[in-house]
Amino acid sequence: MRISCPLCGERDRREFYYLGSDDYANRPDEGDFDGIHHYLHLRDNPFGEGREMWQHEAGCGAWIVVTRNMTTHEIIACELASGTAPQARGAKA
Amino acid sequence: MGYNAFQILKEGLTGNKGWRPAWRDPEPKSEYDMIIIGGGGHGLSTAYYLAKNHGITNVAVLEKGYIGGGNVGRNTTIVRANYFLPGNSEFYSHSLKLWETMEQELNYNVMHSQRGIINLFHSDGQRDAFARRGNMMINQGDDAHLLSPAEVAEHNPFLDFDNVRFPIYGGLYHPRGGSARHDAVAWGYARGADQQGVDIIQQCEVTGIDIENGKVTGVQTSKGPIRAKRVGIVTAGRSGQVAAMAGIKVPIESHVLQAFVSEGLKPTINNVISFGMGHFYISQSDKGGLVFGGDIDFYASYAQRGNLPMMEHVMEAAMTLMPAIGKAKVLRSWGGIMDMTPDGSFIIDRTEIEGLYMDCGWCYGGFKAVPASGWCMAHLMAEDEAHEVAKRHTFKRFETGDIMDEEGTGAQHNLH
Repeated sequence: MRISCPLCGERDRREFYYLGSDDYANRPDEGDFDGIHHYLHLRDNPFGEGREMWQHEAGCGAWIVVTRNMTTHEIIACELASGTAPQARGAKA
Repeated sequence: MGYNAFQILKEGLTGNKGWRPAWRDPEPKSEYDMIIIGGGGHGLSTAYYLAKNHGITNVAVLEKGYIGGGNVGRNTTIVRANYFLPGNSEFYSHSLKLWETMEQELNYNVMHSQRGIINLFHSDGQRDAFARRGNMMINQGDDAHLLSPAEVAEHNPFLDFDNVRFPIYGGLYHPRGGSARHDAVAWGYARGADQQGVDIIQQCEVTGIDIENGKVTGVQTSKGPIRAKRVGIVTAGRSGQVAAMAGIKVPIESHVLQAFVSEGLKPTINNVISFGMGHFYISQSDKGGLVFGGDIDFYASYAQRGNLPMMEHVMEAAMTLMPAIGKAKVLRSWGGIMDMTPDGSFIIDRTEIEGLYMDCGWCYGGFKAVPASGWCMAHLMAEDEAHEVAKRHTFKRFETGDIMDEEGTGAQHNLH
C-alpha cells in the first residue's frame, strides 16, 4: 500500500502512522461525555470507502485525511488535515 | 449419524458408502424462537449451548457463506487460558475447561492437543511481568511454571538462546495450553447443534433486522423474512455492518491479521511458542507445517489479505528467534478480519434494542473462546442476564471507563 502525502508525494505505507477513522478530527468539547465516547470508541467501520487520519510520521509529519477503500486497500484521495491536525495529535498523546 | 468404532468398521467393510453429511441442510422456517446471525465458531457454539444448557432448540443459525469458511477456519488455532485481568481470567479459564471435555461432549475429534504454550521473555522486566501473570493464572486455578533458559531448551533446543540483541531469559510455561483443528471445531458444534434440532442455514445472508417499538421481531434475509423474538448477532469482523442494520453503532474497527504456514517438516516445534521481543508466535500442525503469525496490520481492512510490511516483520522475528526457520519455505499466507475493540477485550451484551444481543469484539483471540463464548451468549439470550464469567464484558464499560485493557496499550482500536 502506498499513500500520497500532499507535501512529499507517494510514499511507502511504512512511513505513515495510522490513527484511525476521521472521527478523531472532531474532538468534542471538554465535559461532553457522550461526545467523547463517540469520538474515542464508536465507529462506522465502513465496508468500502472511509476517511481516516494518517500521519506522515517518517516524513514531513503532516496529518493527512486519507479516503481509502477498506475492502480493496485502494487509496482514493489524500488531503492535508490542516485545521484538524492539532486535535488529532492531541488524541494520540 | 453416530460416530463410533462399530460404525467405522462397518463402513470400512462396505466401501464407506453409508456416511452421510454431518448436519442437515434445511430451508428456513418462517419463525423461530431465536435466531443467531453468523455461523462461525461462536455462533454455532451459541446455538449448541442454547439447545444443550437451556433446552431451546427452535433456533436457526444463519450463515452468509458456508460453515467453517470464516475466521474459525482462518486462525492459528491456539487454545490457552493465560489471561491476567479479573473478568478475562475467569472467562478463559472456563473456556479451557470446556475445551478439555469438548471431544467427549460433541463426540467429534477436534484434535485438541494440550502440548503446552511457552511465552518467552528476554529481559528482567519481562520476567517479572510474566512471573506476575503466572501467579494470576495459578490464582485462577490454571497452571503456570516459570522456566529457566535451560528448561526452555529441554522443550525446544534450537531457539537462538544467546541472541546478542534478544537473549532468552526464560519462559512462562502453560502446559494445558495448546492447539486444535480449527474447522473441526466448527463442524463438531454444527453437528452437535443440528442433532438437537437447530437449523443451520448456509448461504443465507441477513439483509435487515426488523424492529417494532424498540423490540426485535425478526430478520430479512436472502431467503426471505424470518421472525424471532430474540436475535443474536455473532458476526465477528462484520459486526459493524450487521449492527448498523439495527441502527446501532458499535465500538469496533475491523483489521486484518495475517498468518503463515510453511511446507510440511518433521517434528521440530514441540509447543506453542511466543517470542517476547516482537509479536511472533509459532506452532507446528499435525501435518508438519509451521503455523505462525504476528500483529495485525494496524489499519482498518476487510480484505482478508495483508500487506508486505507486517509479513516482513513476522519473518524477521522468526529469523531472530530461530534462525533455522530460514531453511523452510513459506507455503501460503492468509488474512482474517478481526473485530477490534478499543480495549482489546470482547463484548457479550444486550443492545439498546430489546431482544437483540451481540457477541463481538474478539479482536485476534476468538478461537480459544469458542466454547465459553457460546456458553455465555446462550446464557445471555436464554436468561436475558449476563453469565457470571462474562458480566464485565459490556458495551457500557467504554462509557464508564471500566475498560479491560489486557495489554495496557491504550484506547485505540489498532493498539491491541
